Parts: sequence; C-alpha cells; structure tokens
Amino acid sequence: MVILPELVLLIGALAFFVISLGKMPNPQVAKFTALSFGFATFLAACLSFHSQATLFYGVYAVDQYSQLFKILIGFSLAMLLVVGQNLKGIADRVRPEYYLFLMLSVLGLMMLVSSVELIAIFISLELSSFALYLLVPMRDDRTGIRVQMEAGIKYILFGVMATGFMLYGMSYLFGLTGTTYLKDIIAFLSKGNLQPAVVVAVLMTLGGFFYKLAVFPMHFWVPDIYQGASNETTGFIATIPKLGAVALLIRLLTVPTGHPQFLTELLAVVAVCSMFYGNLSALVQKDIKRMLGFSGIAHAGFITLGLLTMSSEGYGIAIYYIAGYVLMNLACFLVISNVSQEGENLLIEDLSGLYQRQPVLAFVLAVGLFGLAGIPPFVGFMGKFMILASALRADHLLVVCLAAINTAIAIYYYLCVVKAAYTAEPGSRPSVEVHPAIQAAGVILVLAIVMLGTLPAKFVDFASAVVQTLL
Amino acid sequence: MDLLLIKEGLPLLTLLIFLPLAGALVLLFYHGESFARLWTLVVTSLTAVVSILLLTGFNSASPKYQFAEAYEWIPRFHINYIVGVDGISILLVILTTFIMPFCVLASWKYIKNRVTPFMFCLLIMETSMIGVFVALDFVLFYIFWEFMLIPMYLLIAIWGGPRKVYASIKFFLYTLAGSVLLLVAIIALYLKTGSFFIPSMMWQEYTLTFQVLVFLAFFLAFAIKVPMFPFHTWLPAAHVEAPTAGSVILASVLLKMGTYGLLRFCLPITPDATMLLATPILWLSIAGIIYGGFTALAQQDMKKLIAYSSVGHMGFVTLGIFVLNSRGVEGAILQMINHGVTTGALFLCVGMIYERTHSRELAMASGVGKYMPWFATFLAVFSLSSFGFPGTNSFIGEFLVLAGTFEKNTILALAAIPGAVLAAAYTLRMLQKVVWGGTANPDQSYLSDLSVREIVILAPFLFFVFWIGLGPQPFIDLIHTSVSQLLENLNNWQQQHQIAATVLWR
Repeated sequence: MVILPELVLLIGALAFFVISLGKMPNPQVAKFTALSFGFATFLAACLSFHSQATLFYGVYAVDQYSQLFKILIGFSLAMLLVVGQNLKGIADRVRPEYYLFLMLSVLGLMMLVSSVELIAIFISLELSSFALYLLVPMRDDRTGIRVQMEAGIKYILFGVMATGFMLYGMSYLFGLTGTTYLKDIIAFLSKGNLQPAVVVAVLMTLGGFFYKLAVFPMHFWVPDIYQGASNETTGFIATIPKLGAVALLIRLLTVPTGHPQFLTELLAVVAVCSMFYGNLSALVQKDIKRMLGFSGIAHAGFITLGLLTMSSEGYGIAIYYIAGYVLMNLACFLVISNVSQEGENLLIEDLSGLYQRQPVLAFVLAVGLFGLAGIPPFVGFMGKFMILASALRADHLLVVCLAAINTAIAIYYYLCVVKAAYTAEPGSRPSVEVHPAIQAAGVILVLAIVMLGTLPAKFVDFASAVVQTLL
Repeated sequence: MDLLLIKEGLPLLTLLIFLPLAGALVLLFYHGESFARLWTLVVTSLTAVVSILLLTGFNSASPKYQFAEAYEWIPRFHINYIVGVDGISILLVILTTFIMPFCVLASWKYIKNRVTPFMFCLLIMETSMIGVFVALDFVLFYIFWEFMLIPMYLLIAIWGGPRKVYASIKFFLYTLAGSVLLLVAIIALYLKTGSFFIPSMMWQEYTLTFQVLVFLAFFLAFAIKVPMFPFHTWLPAAHVEAPTAGSVILASVLLKMGTYGLLRFCLPITPDATMLLATPILWLSIAGIIYGGFTALAQQDMKKLIAYSSVGHMGFVTLGIFVLNSRGVEGAILQMINHGVTTGALFLCVGMIYERTHSRELAMASGVGKYMPWFATFLAVFSLSSFGFPGTNSFIGEFLVLAGTFEKNTILALAAIPGAVLAAAYTLRMLQKVVWGGTANPDQSYLSDLSVREIVILAPFLFFVFWIGLGPQPFIDLIHTSVSQLLENLNNWQQQHQIAATVLWR
C-alpha cells in the first residue's frame, strides 16, 4: 500500500463524482464526506510514512522525502477542509464538483512530490493545475461583475503560458541529455557543461515551478486570483500547492556538486526582487486576501533564499519554512473565511473590533500575522532566522541584509491588520459565530505555530537528513 | 564554560522567567476581572520575592555569570538555553521584578475595560524583560528582545490615550527596524566564533572593519531603545499615550535594555570599534542631555515633560558608559537603576493626577498641593531626585558619571553641566506649577488625597530614593567586580592592540 494516500484521494474524488450525479445534492453530505476523506488522507499519509518503493519504471519514487511532504499535504488538507467547511462562497449545487476538483488537485500534488521523471512531473502538475483552474470560477456570482470569471481566465491563461515555458525547457533538457529521468539530468548538469542551451533549458523549466510558488517574475497572477477566488479557494491556493512547488524545486536543484554560478546568482536576484516587490506592494493593499497574496510573494522570495545555499541544511530549512508558512496562512484563512458573512471578500477594515466580535479568532489571526511577520517565538521567526543564518554562511551578506530590511518593511502591513482587529471599534459590524470545531482547529494551529517555532531542532534535522538522502 | 557558575538544585532564573508566563497561561482559562487583578498581583509579588534569593545567593566578589543554567536547545545551530546573571544585570533583574507589582497596583482602578487581557500582557511582558537581562545566548536574547514588542504594542494600542494607534505603531516599527540588522550581526558573529554563547564572542580577534559594522548594527538597535538623540522621537509619543503601567515599564525597564545592550555587547564584543567610535557617541550623549533638557522645559504635558527628561537622563547613562572608566560605568549602571526608580515613580504620580483630573496638562493640574498634601510631598521628593539633588539617588549616579567624565575629558564634562542645570529648571517648574500654581488655578477642591493603596505604591520608591542616595555602597559593591573586570579586560585589550582609533579623532 505504498500509494495509499493517493488512492484515498482518488476514491474521494470518485465518491464526489457519484454524489454530484444526484439531482439536488445535500451540502451536509458533501461536507462530511469531504471532512472524512480529508482526515483519511492525512491518516493514510501517516500510515504509509515509512514506505519505500519505486514504481512505474522508476518514474514514481515513494521515499522518505515524498512521504514527508505527503504528510504535510495531508495535514494541510485536513485543516483546510475543517477551517473552510462552510464553503460560504460556493453555491450549494456545485459543492460536490468543488470537492471533486479539490481532491483531484491535491491528488496531483501528492503525485508531484513523488515524481522523479519529467513526463510524470508534467502530468501530475497539470492534473493539479487544471483542477485548480476550475475551482476559481466556481465562486457564486454575488457582485454581478463576475470577478471570479476574470480571475479564472487569468489564472488559466497565465498558467498555460507558464506550462508552455516549462515544457519548452523540458524538451531542451531531453534533447541535451536524451533522458527524461531527473537523476540522469542532474548528473548531466553537475558535470558543469554550461552551453547556452543548458542555461535556457534550466531557466525555462524553473520558470514553470516559480509560477506555482509565485516567485518574481512569475508572480503576476497572484493578486487578482487571490482576490477573485472565493476565500476557501484562496486558502487552498495559498498553501498546499506551495508545498508541492517547493518539493519539486528541491528535487530539481539537488545537484551534488553545487549549483553553477549563474543559478546561484539568479536565485539571489529572484529572491530579493520577490521580497521587495511583495512587501512594497502589500503595504498599500486594502483587501486582506490581496495583501496576503503579496506577502506570499515575499515569503516565496525567502524560500528561494533558503534554496540558494545549495546544502541539504538549506533545503531542510526551506522545508521547515514552507511548513510553517502553510500553518500561518491556514490560521489567517481560517479567520478570513469565518469572519466573512456570506463568502464576500474582506477589507482590512472589515476586521475592525474582531477582538470583541470573536476573541478566539482575533487571537488566531494575531498569532498567524505576527508569525508571518517573523516575530519570535513563532515559527516565522525561526524559519527566517535559520534561512538568514544559512545564507550568510554561504557568504551572501548583501542578500541577507536586504532580506533583513524586508522584514522591517513587512511588519507594517501585518501590524495594520492586528491593529484593526484589536484596537478599532467594531461599529455596527455583527459578532461572529463560529463552530467549536473551527475554534479547536484554530487553537491547534496556534499551538503548532508556537511549538514548531520554539522547538525546531527535530523537524529541521529530520528534513535535512531526508534531503541528504536525495543527494 | 569556566565563565559560568552553574546553579545546582533549584533553577532560579528559569523559575523567574517562566513564573509570570505560567501565571499568564492561567489567565487564559480564568477570565474574572477581580481574579485577574489579584492573581497578577500574587504572581508578580511572588516573582519579586523569589528574586530576592538572587541577592542573597549572589557572590559579589566573583565576576562570573552566576546562577547559570545551560541546556541544549537547537544543536544544529549551536543554540543553547543559557542564562546567568552578573553584576551588570543583577540589579536590572531585581528592578524589573520589583517594579511589576507596583505596575499592577497602579492599574488597579486605572484599567477599567479588558482587565484580564491587560494583566495577561503585563505578565508576558515581565517574562520577556527578565529574559532579556539574563539570557547569555544571543538567539535567546534576541527572541526575548523581539517578543517584548508584542505585549508592549498591545499595552499602548489597546489601553492607550487618544493617539494610541499612531504611538504604538511608531514604537513597534522604530524598534523593529532598529533590530533587524542586529540579527544579521548576531549571525555574522556566530559564523566567526561558531557559537551563540555571548561570552565566547567577547574579546575575540575580529578585523576592524568587521567590528565597526557589527558595532553599528548593535548601536542602531540599542540607541533606538535607549533612546539616544536623534533616535528618540518614538519615546514621547509612546510615553504620552501609554497607560500608567505601560509608561512605568517603558521608562523603568525598557529603556534600560538599550544601555544594558551597549554595555553587555558593544564594549566586550567590539572593543576596537567602541574605542574608535566612543567620541562621537559621547557628543551625541551630550546633545541628548541638552536637547532633552531644553525640550522638557517647553512642555505643557506632564508625561511629555518626563519623557523628554528621560532622553536627558539616559544621555547621562550613555555618557557614563562610553567614558570607559570605572567611575563612569558604575555611575551609569547606578543611574540606570535610579532612573528606573525615580522616573517610574514620577509616571506613577502623573498617573494618579490623571485618574483624578483626566488631564495631563500642567495648567489643569496646577495648585493641587493645597488639597493633596501627601501627593505633593511625594512629588516633591521624586522631583528633587530627578534632577539629582544631593541626598537622593540620582545625585550619586550623576556625580559618578560626571566624575568619570572629568577624568576622561574636561571639555566634555563641562558641556554636560548645563544639562544638570536644565534638569533642575524643568523639574522645579513642573513642581512649582503642580504644587502651588499661580493666581488662576482651576478649582481643585474636589480632589481627594492619595488613598492607602496609592501611598503603598509610592512609599517603596521613596525608600529606594533615600537608600541609594544616602548609602549607595551595597549597590556599588554588587556591580563593582563585574565592571572592573570588564574595564580591566578593555585596558589589556587596548595595550595589546595599538589601533588607529586614538589618532583618528584627535
């Protein structure tokens, strides 16, 4: 049962297909089916944690590395389904389809972290992406101006373009090496043969992955899609696909002899540009999802900074950072999807007086945002600190200083949201009722953010050791 | 680790750090307002009592870090949980633990809404403040240093005055922006020494350029916290808007973290850079003293007046630190304590007036002496102490600092003298207005004098004002060994390393 989590997701998707065939599907049934499959996936990922196998002629590797990511994905999925269980922004009649595509998208990501061959990577990436493209326009049309359609079209057009780049790069890689297996391609790259064709091939392939992670200059889709998609969908886009993107980037970048110079420089420039672009743009946002989108670009820059140290330690820290980032984002989206009354977008000022309207949510939001801002003792600080330390060890002083300055810029917009939640008066805004299960999920997230932040040693050691096995 | 005197048995410092935190966690589950007040008072008092064990067990003849505890934390990065106190930090820890119960008492009636969260913030604030002073691992230090911003921000932003939003954000941004490069400097030092243990970073051979860069990163972070002129602009805003307890914590403890940082890190870790850059910093201190004095003279708002006077007083502290002789440094440490006692008490006094008149304007508070004789007495003594009247605590501190400055450079010392005169001018002006006022005093007959609770709050401060003022020897004994060890190391260093520093600034 080495692919148990994937099977569970597949069965889940099929189950929703069956449910969607019914005339008027019951939203409660859809909700509980989704929740049970979410937890079953997490459980399956835990059960198959120690599995080791290579399947399908060596294109599909089930190893410690992929299983680590599958646990992270499974946990995030379970949390996401709990926090967004009300699906306020999605019409009742399309909910089974919504869950169907959500499961398929996660299935694609699960397959992605196990893929070690270009075709397999492409197939799983597209399975995940196309399902995701469909989730965006499924939002119900309350504004009458169809922003979700605009977002969906933008997402698919940009996404297809990025995929085109990636395929083009992959074809070059195949042409240069005569193989589609990552192992052989990496062996070829590590010979240090830097003809222009290699550079172009690597850049274009990376471009496709950068699109998923939303790193500058492949970030431009983020704000509109974050804003246009329903709160729950955005919560998904902002978290789980990033795990997949990081997993894939690390697989591709684990060149045992270290990166060629141009790649290191490229990653450094990309990281710094992402941070400045994301943070400076986030400063002026009024829509909180848009703000989190820009902040996501900045955090993607930080992760790139972790990747650029090209040591197993750096990769381990990058995994730690993305895991923490997903937790903190889940905390924020928990608040957003539940404060939103009928699934509408929230402005930052809509969170005014949240402290009085729903103290638990305000606390979860504050922890999530202070964590994203990198204030100790939350996981964001430890991740930031370790990434800076490993980047400075690799002698990137200038980049580290710029990154440090960025954390000072970033604090302002996070603080503005906390300010609204804690100091502004609620005015006529109603109090927020949330299900105890969601409150419990919030508390679990807060505990995870604090625990992972204060006791990071085990996780980072494990992640680094796992990456070491890839080298 | 021969620098540490490992504490066997009861982990006293860990207990001090985590007792308030544990108390805060209890408040998460029990929300009752009167319970919260009482519980917080109990926890902070208990912490204060436990901290007395530090004094009784402290060996003032040893320059080592005492009551030390060391546990492994993140082995991959050589980050450990190491805490300990020496002569430089012990008084600051005691000051912190003893100020806190009075902050709780001062907020007893002042804070009317959201009492439980307020007490929660006070308690986690205490945890992080004690942590900053006892941490001997740089990452641990940084975590406490940064974490403190959150409760302090909330204290100002939720329970503050009318411009609380502006003041709290300014406070947070200013302090955080200052300390981001501190983090880079810490990592750079780690990469040079292979450890985050603070004493192992001291007195190491770094290149001068490296030292200067690290020093500047340190200095930016600490100078903002002190705050030194010209980085002081967040202070008046934060002080004025913060609730009384917040102002007291800010003035008594938070500002000391900056000067503690300068003393603990800048001097021993970057000695060459310190000697190279001491002269401009000394003149910045002078500028702060004079500027703070003149600005305080023009204030109509009592809290603002005291805030600007803090800029002046802290100028004396940095002056004392950077003259780099034993009188100056000991005077500076003593002055840190004195400022904590006196200014804390003055903020409490202003808070008491504010609770009655709901205004901090001098004009609105003039002439209360007739109706509040107890209050007037306390205010008079604390004001005298504030400008260093002989017999009060600040006199000892300022005298030592000035004596140290004369030892170093006469012109410098002469330049600092007007600051002392200005201090007398603005304090006496405030005292005159509040106690007597003029012919056009507002009607103050509705005022009631201090209650027993308020007298209990102020009396210990009075006690310390006179104790340090008349018999400072026990306090100096506590700090002397560590300071002379530090300066001895510095002198040895100076003799071994003939650097261009002295040539450059002459």
